[in-house]
Amino acid sequence: MWDYLKLAILGLTALLAAIAANYARDLAYQVHAIIIMLVASGVFLWTLRQTEEPKPAAEQGYADGVIRAGVIATCFWGVTGFLVGTWIAFQLAFPALNFELFNGAGNFGRLRPLHTSAVIFAFGGNALIATSFYVVQRTSAARLWGGNLGWFVFWGYQLFIVLAATGYLLGATQSKEYAEPEWYVDLWLTVVWLAYLAVFMGTIIRRKEPHIYVANWFYLSFIVTVAMLHVVNNLSLPVSIFGSKSVQVFAGVQDAMTQWWYGHNAVGFFLTAGFLGMMYYFVPKQAERPVYSYKLSIIHFWALIFLYIWAGPHHLHYTALPDWAGTLGMVFSVILWMPSWGGMINGLMTLSGAWDKLRTDPVIRMMVISIGFYGMSTFEGPMMSIRAVNSLSHYTDWTIGHVHSGALGWNGMITFGALYFLVPKLWQRERLYSLALVNWHFWLATIGIILYAASMWVTGIMEGLMWREVDANGFLVNSFADTVAAKFPMYVVRALGGVMFLSGALVMCYNLWMTVRSQPAKATAMAPAE
Amino acid sequence: MNYHILREIADSWVLLAMFIFFIGCVIWAFRPGSRQVHRDTANIPFRHEDKPANEIEPAEGAN
Repeated sequence: MWDYLKLAILGLTALLAAIAANYARDLAYQVHAIIIMLVASGVFLWTLRQTEEPKPAAEQGYADGVIRAGVIATCFWGVTGFLVGTWIAFQLAFPALNFELFNGAGNFGRLRPLHTSAVIFAFGGNALIATSFYVVQRTSAARLWGGNLGWFVFWGYQLFIVLAATGYLLGATQSKEYAEPEWYVDLWLTVVWLAYLAVFMGTIIRRKEPHIYVANWFYLSFIVTVAMLHVVNNLSLPVSIFGSKSVQVFAGVQDAMTQWWYGHNAVGFFLTAGFLGMMYYFVPKQAERPVYSYKLSIIHFWALIFLYIWAGPHHLHYTALPDWAGTLGMVFSVILWMPSWGGMINGLMTLSGAWDKLRTDPVIRMMVISIGFYGMSTFEGPMMSIRAVNSLSHYTDWTIGHVHSGALGWNGMITFGALYFLVPKLWQRERLYSLALVNWHFWLATIGIILYAASMWVTGIMEGLMWREVDANGFLVNSFADTVAAKFPMYVVRALGGVMFLSGALVMCYNLWMTVRSQPAKATAMAPAE
Repeated sequence: MNYHILREIADSWVLLAMFIFFIGCVIWAFRPGSRQVHRDTANIPFRHEDKPANEIEPAEGAN
C-alpha cells in the first residue's frame, strides 16, 4: 500500500516538475525543475521495481550503510569545496581567471557562495549527519529509528546541495549570506531537516542507556536550532510560483538583524554545537578514556546555548541597528569566550595521563590541534566583536582569516579526525592504510591554515589602517584600488595555503580509499571479546 | 501586544526565568550523588560499540 502511495506521489511530482519546467520564468528555476523531474522519475522507476517484491527481513544491528554513504559524501564535497575555494582565492589574486567564456557563471561572485555552501553545508553538513547517526546509535545502544528514513535524509540532503549549487551558478540567490538558496530549495531543506530531527529524536527515545550522552545534547541542539533559524530567516514570498525570485518578508534593519541572528547562530549551532558533539564522542574514543569532566561538559552545553543566541548583532556595528542591540551582541560575545574555553579545556584535558599518544597517534594529534584552533578562534571572535576592534577589522580580510581558522582548523580538523576513526570501524578494517600519510595530511593542513590565517591578518589589518588613514587636511590618503594593489602578495600566499590544505585532503581521500581496499577485514571472532 | 510590551516582559520576567533556569542547571550538575551518575554516563561511549543493547545477550550466550 505504502509503495503505491509513494508511486503516486513520485509520479505526480515528476509531472508537476515537467509542467513547471515548461512555464519556468528563469533559467535556474527551469534547470531545477528538470533536475527534480529526473530525480522523481528515477526514484519512481526504482520504487516500481521494488513494488510487490518480497521484502527482506528487517535488518538487525546498527544502521551503518547510511553512515558509510555519509563518509563518502563528506570526502567528496570536502574536496569539491576546498577546490572551489582555492580557485576563487586565485581569482582574487589574478582577476583574469574570471573567464568571459562562462558568461558570468564562473565569476567570483557566483563561485563564492558555491564555495561557502559546499564547505559548510555539504562537507560540514554531511559530516554532522553521518557522525550524529553513528554517535546516537552507539551512545543510545539502539538501531537508528525510522527504517529507511535515514536514507531519505541522506539523499534528500544531497538533492538540496545540488539544487543550491546549480542555483548559485545560474544566478538564483536571495542574497543572504550562508542562506542564499531560494524559496523552493528552502522548503525542501525544511522537509529533510524535520525528517533528520525525527530520526535523531526517535533513536534517542528508543535508547537503552538511562542517560543521554552529552554529545547527543549538542547534536540535538544543533538540529533543533538550525530548523528554527532556517525557517525564520527564509520567510519570503515568491514573486511567481514558476520563478526562483522571492522577496523577504522582513525589510531594512529588521531583515539585517534576522539575517545575522541566523548567520551567527549558524556558526554557533551548526559549526560549533554540532562539531562539539563530534568532539565529545570521538576525542574520548580515540584517547580511550572518558571525557575529562562530565560536569564541565554540562555547564559548557547550557552556557553555550544560553549565550550564543544573543551574539548576532556584533555583525552590524556602525549600521542602522540601534547601539544598544550592538552592545548587547558585543557583551554576549565576550562572555561567550568563557564557556568556549571551558569546552576547549575539557576536550584537551581528556588526554591528561595519555599525552604520550600525541607522539604516537597522528589522529589524536589532528583532534588536539582542532581543539587548539577552536580555542584560538573563540578568543579571536569575541575580540573582533568589540566595537572598537570591529571598526578596524570589519569588511577587511581579517574577518575572512578568522572564519577560515575556525572552519579549516576547528571544523575541518575534527572532521578529518572523525573520518580517520570512522572508516576502519565502518568497513571493519584492522587499521588505517598508512599513519605516515595521516602525518603528511596533518602537516599539510596545519601549515596551509597558518599561511592562510597569517596572510589574512596582515592584509586585513593593513587594509583597515589604509582605509582610515587621513592626511593633515582630513582627506583620505588611499583609494580603494590602492588597498587592492597592496594586498596582492598576501592573496598569493593565501591561495598557496589553500593549495596545501586541498592537497592534505586529497592525501586523506587516498589513505581512506586504500584503507577500505587493501587492509585485511577484521576477524569477526574478535568482536565478542571486546 | 506590541513591541514595547514584549520588550518589558523580555527585560524582566523572561530574563529572570532564563537566568534561574541556567543557575538551576549548574546547581543540578553539582547535586549530591551526581558524581556516580556522571562517571557512569561519561563511560557510555565505551559500551555497545558493535551491537545495540538488546542483541548483546544472545550473542554472549552463544559463546
